[in-house]
Amino acid sequence: MRRLWLLAFLIGCANGSPAPGGGSTLKTVRARGTVKCGITPGTGFATPDDAGQWHGFDVDFCRAVAVALFNDPSKAVFLPYTQQQRFSGILSGEVDILANGTTITSSRALQRPFHFGPIYLYDGQGFLVPRASKVTKATGLDGATVCVQQGTTTELNLADFARKNGITFRPVVIEDMRGAVAALAAGRCDALTQDFAGLATTRSMLQHPGDYVVLPDFISKEPIAPVVRAGDDQWFEIVNWVFRAPVEAEELGLTQANVAQGLTSADPEVRRFLGVDLGATTGDGLDPKWTYNVIAKIGNYADIFDRDLGPKTSLGMDRGANKLWTAGGLLYSPPFR
Amino acid sequence: MRRWIGFVVAAALIAWFIHNAAMNLEARGLTLGFEFLTQPANFAIGDTAWLRFTPEDTMGRAILVGLTNTARVAFLGCLLAIAVGFVVGISRLSTNPTLTGLTRGYVEILRSTPLLLLLLWLSALLHGLPSADHALTPLPGVFLSDRGLFLPSLTLHGLELPRHTRFDFTGGIALSPELAALLIALVLHQSAHISEVVRGAILAVSRGQTEAAHALGLSRFQALRLVIIPQALRAMVPLLAQNCVSLIKNSSLAVAIGFPDVVSVLNTIGNQTGHNVETMLIMVAVYLGASLSVAYVLGRYNARITA
Repeated sequence: MRRLWLLAFLIGCANGSPAPGGGSTLKTVRARGTVKCGITPGTGFATPDDAGQWHGFDVDFCRAVAVALFNDPSKAVFLPYTQQQRFSGILSGEVDILANGTTITSSRALQRPFHFGPIYLYDGQGFLVPRASKVTKATGLDGATVCVQQGTTTELNLADFARKNGITFRPVVIEDMRGAVAALAAGRCDALTQDFAGLATTRSMLQHPGDYVVLPDFISKEPIAPVVRAGDDQWFEIVNWVFRAPVEAEELGLTQANVAQGLTSADPEVRRFLGVDLGATTGDGLDPKWTYNVIAKIGNYADIFDRDLGPKTSLGMDRGANKLWTAGGLLYSPPFR
Repeated sequence: MRRWIGFVVAAALIAWFIHNAAMNLEARGLTLGFEFLTQPANFAIGDTAWLRFTPEDTMGRAILVGLTNTARVAFLGCLLAIAVGFVVGISRLSTNPTLTGLTRGYVEILRSTPLLLLLLWLSALLHGLPSADHALTPLPGVFLSDRGLFLPSLTLHGLELPRHTRFDFTGGIALSPELAALLIALVLHQSAHISEVVRGAILAVSRGQTEAAHALGLSRFQALRLVIIPQALRAMVPLLAQNCVSLIKNSSLAVAIGFPDVVSVLNTIGNQTGHNVETMLIMVAVYLGASLSVAYVLGRYNARITA
């Protein structure tokens, strides 16, 4: 008899766990008072400071969601994942958004129960090699040992590139990026491969960054977008539009520094975007002034990029394809109206 | 009657777990299926033992390659750990204070070092070997560098010597630094545990047996080999089996240093295809199978020596 009670107890416990796919994420987030974001630590994208506060490009976009919902960037909670664990994090409901440099691919979008939001970084895969190796192009790495992090499209692109060019690589697949970097630094690998933004991060992590060069070849397209669970359209749209707001702000000439002046602007597009003229930015669970709050507290795309990745940071990245479409780049937000 | 209640409860629990998993998978829009095993892998594997593998091969074959890598580590690791464990365990019972001190240090330090730490340390140590251009050549055709140990191999066309290429070596037998680090770490760690099993089992044999053996004129070594160890084996074998099983399970730490064992390959596949539940089931089956077969083999051996 006692055993049956135990069985009943176990069933009761396990059934108490929530089914995150079906419920309303916005309701959960409101009730909890915080937005949970899955990130992958890396210089420029997500790094904690000595006070335990997270900073970086991915972190800023997540904080923008917290600002849109609670007008408070500190209402974003960050959970670090390796690339290997990230999808379990979002699918199990542990986080509400995954913003950790995940590439949009057709198979992920078609076969897995999650959606990709707007592309917030256009990247591509490349190689980092020791300067002393005198390798100048990717095909010069025939026969080389290449360090690669597990669980990314990087592993697949590397194999594709070798097949296409009739060369061979010996991959050393390591779960944690730091392990892969250590292996490159120790000379175990002739090259390390990851996305260009990541290569800049990795290079800055090495003891003598000047001894390493990033090869110019792009071997793949890596459009980076936030990931949300499928089946919750409301949450998906909130994430979509919050991620687009910094891009639209840059196009409208609104920066973190001058957005307050925008409130008195006569430009109808600016007035609509900032919620001065109501209608364009109203939505369930959103303050009509959320766009203003996001730009004032987080900044426009240029503010975020310059602060976390740009030439003034240790990464020193160029905007490249991540310029506005009006400046010859790929960033293009649908209109806020 | 009581047995049946236990059985029914266990069956109900298992059925409920399966049902619960199925319901939750459905709620998350996931479906189970193993068709992905026949799709091309599209990724390369760095260390492939004797099976050839290219990205055009199927995921199923990739798992097979991972399995042979795990089997390689498990087989060599168990044999070496038992051998080293025996030597250390017996040495610790010696009357020579230097030897007992040394072996005691070995056991205490290795038993209290986390295996992952030992593994990362050894991996870093092996990365400190000279580069391929400055490889050590203790014997002609033998190269030791941070790319691993390369030995000549015997083929149908005679002796094949490893050749130095632009970045690496090709041909011959290769032992990668990742495999070496994993194997050494597992053997050091597990042999420390095994040596204590050996020592305990020998001490458990009645002191009178040693005295009787000496009275018959057997030397210390003969007494150990002919009288003590055969009796101690009875107590030892189940625990040795247990240690081998631990070693096999611990070998899954390989992913931390980049050795493509079965877990590493399954992780990659799970991540690329989204079939994490299926890869997890395969993983469970692999380790359950390995553990049960070790238990079976050593159980048979145990039955023979205790009969």
